[in-house]
Amino acid sequence: MIRPRLRRVAIHLFAWGLAVGWLFPFVGLTMAAFRPFPEIVGGWWNFDPFTPSFTKFVAAFNAISFGFRNSLLIAVPATIIPMSVATLAGYGFARFSFPIRDYVFLTVVLLMTIPQQMVAIPIFRIMVGLKLEDTLLSLVILHSAWGLPWIVLFMRNFFSALPKEVEEAARVDGASDLKVFFKIVLPMALPALGAVAVLQFMWVWNDFFFSLLLCPATPSCMPATVALYHTIGKFEFDPGLLAAGSILVMLVPVSLYVLLQKFYIRGMIGWTVKG
Amino acid sequence: MIRLRIEGVTRVLRRLRDRARRFFERRGSLRARKAGLRVAFFAPALLLLVLFVGYPVLATIGVSFFDANGHFVGFANYGNVLGSPDTINLNGFPKPPPYGTLINNAIWIAIHLPLSVFLGMWLALVLQEVRGAVWVKTAIFIGMVTPLVIGGIMMLYVFDGAVGIVPRFFDSIGIHALGNGWLQRPTTLLFGLIFGSVWLWTGFSLIVYSAGLTTIPKEYWEAAKIDGASTLRTFTHVTFPLLKPMTIVVVTMSILWELKIFDLVFGATSPNGGVGGAADVLAMQMYREAFVQFDSGAAAAIATFLSLLTLVATLFTIRYMVKR
Repeated sequence: MIRPRLRRVAIHLFAWGLAVGWLFPFVGLTMAAFRPFPEIVGGWWNFDPFTPSFTKFVAAFNAISFGFRNSLLIAVPATIIPMSVATLAGYGFARFSFPIRDYVFLTVVLLMTIPQQMVAIPIFRIMVGLKLEDTLLSLVILHSAWGLPWIVLFMRNFFSALPKEVEEAARVDGASDLKVFFKIVLPMALPALGAVAVLQFMWVWNDFFFSLLLCPATPSCMPATVALYHTIGKFEFDPGLLAAGSILVMLVPVSLYVLLQKFYIRGMIGWTVKG
Repeated sequence: MIRLRIEGVTRVLRRLRDRARRFFERRGSLRARKAGLRVAFFAPALLLLVLFVGYPVLATIGVSFFDANGHFVGFANYGNVLGSPDTINLNGFPKPPPYGTLINNAIWIAIHLPLSVFLGMWLALVLQEVRGAVWVKTAIFIGMVTPLVIGGIMMLYVFDGAVGIVPRFFDSIGIHALGNGWLQRPTTLLFGLIFGSVWLWTGFSLIVYSAGLTTIPKEYWEAAKIDGASTLRTFTHVTFPLLKPMTIVVVTMSILWELKIFDLVFGATSPNGGVGGAADVLAMQMYREAFVQFDSGAAAAIATFLSLLTLVATLFTIRYMVKR
């Protein structure tokens, strides 16, 4: 009777201890941002002396606030556009058949796996050719296109799992494809769309390579991740300022995740695991 | 020659015009109208994809066959890249780093893949019995939502000789060789980043395995228990086979992560891949060739080669990702 109990306690202590330990690097970063650097030399877990202050956060925010504005201006349209466009296509792939449909779909899915570097050079040339280099629009377009494959796959999988009967009944009553889609299918897809929105927004916000490619040094288009790297990280190394800036930039996706965990996990699972 | 080509083009155009005319004459028919409407479902997505993903992919393949001055050179770029010590540098192995980008990506897979897969699987199994497991999973998963470049920046703090928790820990338990800054020495740099990446990425395999476990009925384990199977046998004969679909997904996604790794290394080191290029990877090498050396041919060859590797890794999984 005692031994299973002991085992239970041990497992719980281990699991909770692990969770706390897993967060240590974040705690360390927070300490580096809140306390003067000499104080944490030898380890942030020494609390004597302990003089926290917000000054680094204020300075970091002032240094990269334009990056937050740009990140929002990029991530919001780069979420809405691919979501609308890919939902239509995902429904199409799930319900309509045409001769080479499966090959087209397979190609779309394969495009999901290639690295960003595979499009970098031509995209750069296209954007220069369109006179869009160093603009927010170039990043919106690129992220919209780049997000399409996974959203198409995700929404197709979702629509395939929906029962066809309701839609067929509506068709028999004479509703057009568009009417069926907007009046019947779309309301049912809202939870899936929520998952898509959270994931896509986060990926665009977190992106670094495309932003570095299309806007490496211009404040008017530089998103938060690049702004952090460019303005705080590159020139003079102030560990406190860099830590504070990093926390501010990651605060957006992390709080989104903590608030909308259900959507996030559902998106992640639905996207990878069939079931 | 040119006239011939123009005639060919006009013939194609004429044929297209005839076909379009026929299509519009038929417009009245219900079936044709419906087909037209259905094209509208696909057109915007396919247009965006073709213009800004499909065409650039093909263009990159094209560029990989030309040198920096625009001369066709066949596979020379591939030969140069794969023959370069930046890519493979194993002469006189065993030797200290750098080993080259391709080898580093391979080391990354060899260490990162088993660690993150089995850690995630094991934690998912352990956490089944834990109250408040949601919070543990949330804590571990935060690494997945952190911008990866910031994950790299965090490595600067975690592995710093003066303030970092990892060197301080090894110093305090008497292993002074690991008590200095990990990122400043070629021998520890790559491994530090790999362990850091395991810390960030394990949340993914944990979440996928946890979700997988909820779909498996408990009776399987009860039956194994009644039959008196040992813990090890239960794992190898019941748990592991039942989790196979999740394992395939997690392994593929992890390999893709390890092949494409860029932001983390870039954030934690310099664009040169850290001290002596010890942490350099293919994606970083491509970035440097394209936007520092301005050798677009070599850069495109690296990108194409990397894409081939990711495609090979995906081919085995694709049927698990597409619902029938």
